[in-house]
Amino acid sequence: MASALFHRPAAELSALLDSGAISSVELMQAVIDRVKAVDPSVRAFNSSDPDSALAQARASDERRAAGRRLGPLDGLPIGLKDVIAVEGQPLTASSKMLANFISPYDSTVASRLKAAGAICWGRLNLDEFAMGSSTENSAFGPTRNPWDLSRVPGGSSGGSAAAVAAGEAVAALGSDTGGSIRQPAALCGVVGLKPTYGLVSRYGLAAFASSLDQIGPLTRTVEDAALVLGAIAGHDPRDSTSVRSEVPDYAGLVRRRGGPWRLGIPKEYFGQGLDPEVAAAVENAIAHYRSQGCEIREVSLPHTRYGIGVYYIIAAAECSSNLARYDGVRYGHRSREATDAVDLYFRSRAEGFGAEVKRRVILGTYVLSSGYYDAFYLRAQKVRTLIRRDFLEAYREVDALVTPTSPIPAFRLGEKSADPLAMYLCDIYTIGVNLAGLPGISLPCGFTASGLPIGLQLIGQPFKEAELLSIARSYEQAHDWHTRVPSL
Amino acid sequence: MSAHADLDIDHVARLARLALTPEERARFASQLGGVLDHVAQLSEVDVSGIEPTAHAFPVFNVWAEDKPAPGLPVEAALRNAPAQRDHMVVVPKVVE
Repeated sequence: MASALFHRPAAELSALLDSGAISSVELMQAVIDRVKAVDPSVRAFNSSDPDSALAQARASDERRAAGRRLGPLDGLPIGLKDVIAVEGQPLTASSKMLANFISPYDSTVASRLKAAGAICWGRLNLDEFAMGSSTENSAFGPTRNPWDLSRVPGGSSGGSAAAVAAGEAVAALGSDTGGSIRQPAALCGVVGLKPTYGLVSRYGLAAFASSLDQIGPLTRTVEDAALVLGAIAGHDPRDSTSVRSEVPDYAGLVRRRGGPWRLGIPKEYFGQGLDPEVAAAVENAIAHYRSQGCEIREVSLPHTRYGIGVYYIIAAAECSSNLARYDGVRYGHRSREATDAVDLYFRSRAEGFGAEVKRRVILGTYVLSSGYYDAFYLRAQKVRTLIRRDFLEAYREVDALVTPTSPIPAFRLGEKSADPLAMYLCDIYTIGVNLAGLPGISLPCGFTASGLPIGLQLIGQPFKEAELLSIARSYEQAHDWHTRVPSL
Repeated sequence: MSAHADLDIDHVARLARLALTPEERARFASQLGGVLDHVAQLSEVDVSGIEPTAHAFPVFNVWAEDKPAPGLPVEAALRNAPAQRDHMVVVPKVVE
């Protein structure tokens, strides 16, 4: 059971802080000590600043003592994926390109966390520029899965998921372009929420694929995900794709008992390639919902099999365009060998980017290049329309969909790194959610015989995060998977 | 949208302003060949009459009020510049 302070959920710690049973400084110190003890083996952090974190904790304690608590997250250390800007802190994107970059301003999510009193705690490892599913593509070395150090934590937000699972942060923010919050959450046994596209501002997030990227929380419980989402969601004039929608009290709503719901089981998500232990755990979860009076219906998302192809065209195209800004001129790595301005671009990019980023820049440039645009990029955008329609069609009959998050549990380091396509296929159940702009959540739903966590994915309707979180919590409350912690 | 034999990696790398080593060229060409074989299955989908989706929730006409506000100070904007002088970024000579 999770008795150590550093393993407890945010909501519980918040109550302990409110009652005066613990101080934020005590909690912060426990987390700092924990990182010192386990991070040499987990390697979730690219960097951290314990002195600044303790100063923020002291300020939080003073606010509480003066009766000026800023909200339920006040005084809680929340880790940030190393692509989300915090003023004065490094932002490396786990790339040599940004190895020495210091953020000149706060991302909107960071300024909202600060306004809620949370402590921005550490810079968490990822696949370089969020491209990958294992956190092995980091220029600073891979993060390890806290449940089995010979295995990957998933990716790209692998540092965020591992830190929450290992007790190194109370919660964390990640970003999800094709599954990068939900898949590592599943592989590390924590909760990961990808919000509806446009609900959370992307201002201050190092861009990968702008029409797919969303920031979201990784937490120990569904209630914690609701708490963090409530702090970071909402319209931001500095992100032109940010949607004007009311931000409900997610945490308040999730504590109410909801349902029963009509739940769809997309048959295409239970086919070839699905690990039998993962399938069995997800079937058990479906049986749970049925026993709670939910109506379970098989639905079809017929264009599912095209998801990976559509994703790798669109994401690579947007990546090649977004990463054109890294040219060695205004910031980032600059080659010392350059002979002229154009040579500076070629060499700085060659020296600064790792292999997976280069592959995607090449692929994206190719599908956008003259003569190929219609055949690849435009066609992929049209199939994207069909994928989105499949989901909206299913939602005429059901409230949400229930699927596995990842077809397989955590794999071994190096197992897939030589074969990009095999790695891309890890995202088969998560990618459709990004293409259609929907909210999706992964939560623990069991363990394999060898002790690896298994994730359950629930996919909701646009901007209905409150309902999605309620459906997730109704499962979580009847099970205790989320209370298990790895032995490190 | 057929063979990846079409993938002229030198041409594409030039467009991307990305210098590749001979080893990278060979490896990426073969790996991306596999990826392109996979995406080739999109050609079997009937997309006639289907509008492309650029964003799941398109937002149009986003206007900002024309209100003066402080921007990033020059020192902060130049903080990460690889080389600077007199509040400017120094680059190799562009014109002779």
